[in-house]
Amino acid sequence: MHELPVTQSLLKIALDHAEKADAKQITALNIVIGELASMVDDSIQFYWEVIAKDTIAEKATLNFRRVPAELQCMTCFHKYHPTDKELICPQCKGVGAKIIAGEEFALESIDVE
Amino acid sequence: MTQNIPIVENILNANDRLAQTNRAKIDAAGVFSINILASPGAGKTSLIEKTLPLLKGRLRVAAIDGDIATSIDSDRAAAAGAGAAVQINTGGDCHLDAVMLHGALDQLDLTQFDLLIVENVGNLVCPANFKLGTHKTVLVASIPEGDDKPYKYPGTYRGVDVLVVNKIDLLPYVDFRMDYFQQGVQVLNPNVTTFHTSCRTGEGLQAWADWLVENAKK
Repeated sequence: MHELPVTQSLLKIALDHAEKADAKQITALNIVIGELASMVDDSIQFYWEVIAKDTIAEKATLNFRRVPAELQCMTCFHKYHPTDKELICPQCKGVGAKIIAGEEFALESIDVE
Repeated sequence: MTQNIPIVENILNANDRLAQTNRAKIDAAGVFSINILASPGAGKTSLIEKTLPLLKGRLRVAAIDGDIATSIDSDRAAAAGAGAAVQINTGGDCHLDAVMLHGALDQLDLTQFDLLIVENVGNLVCPANFKLGTHKTVLVASIPEGDDKPYKYPGTYRGVDVLVVNKIDLLPYVDFRMDYFQQGVQVLNPNVTTFHTSCRTGEGLQAWADWLVENAKK
């Protein structure tokens, strides 16, 4: 349920940038969420409808771009998607891996009018 | 006409900035600080309770305890020898954030202490997202929780500096595959410092307490 403060933060960033651009209305927020970021887009959407009310972002669409997790084995350099039960390299069973993608959690851009 | 404004801002930037302010305040007082995370019942408060007597005469300790309600944890920390104990009741929030810690720091004269222990709300998901400004983040995992936790809560396991595997005395009674657990930890967080402890038998607590002293004296 950390999505409430997260959504408040999201609204504030969007409003700050819209104000700087003299926008009359925010029509969309483009958000990127990595698979490993522990954020639920449905919850963000739910809170958004409550807190964005009566702001210039009230009618904005939330566009979520989900980024799948990607790991790279530091032994054989194989790139793989971890499963629920295994994080080690499926090719060489190496345990040293680098997380290449999946931790993103950012507001990439907003669309304004 | 629709216009696209590129932003690329981390959504928790406001929290992260305040966390930096907290850090500056803690640093100015010359205090070493830790943020302890764990699921409910892993033994955060017990660990603090058993650690404080081992730090007696070595470090002056202040504790800040986050809970949804009650002052049970800060009372326990005070009884175990913390020089000051502040309770934060989040009133429903499932984690501490930088704003809450900022308020609690105002209630302490930090210059009177060497170590600040912040005990977060029992939860393995949300606290990992909210930086507080402490120097090190410590995760207390416990044997009865199961060996699959690094796989289920990668964000938390990835973001910590120290892992305390508690209730190690229960290993003979629980199906906990230590190698499977360690494998998950190794992939997510190869540089984590690990301690195996039991608050019941006292095993491993001295090494953990020594680590705290060593870091606080740096």
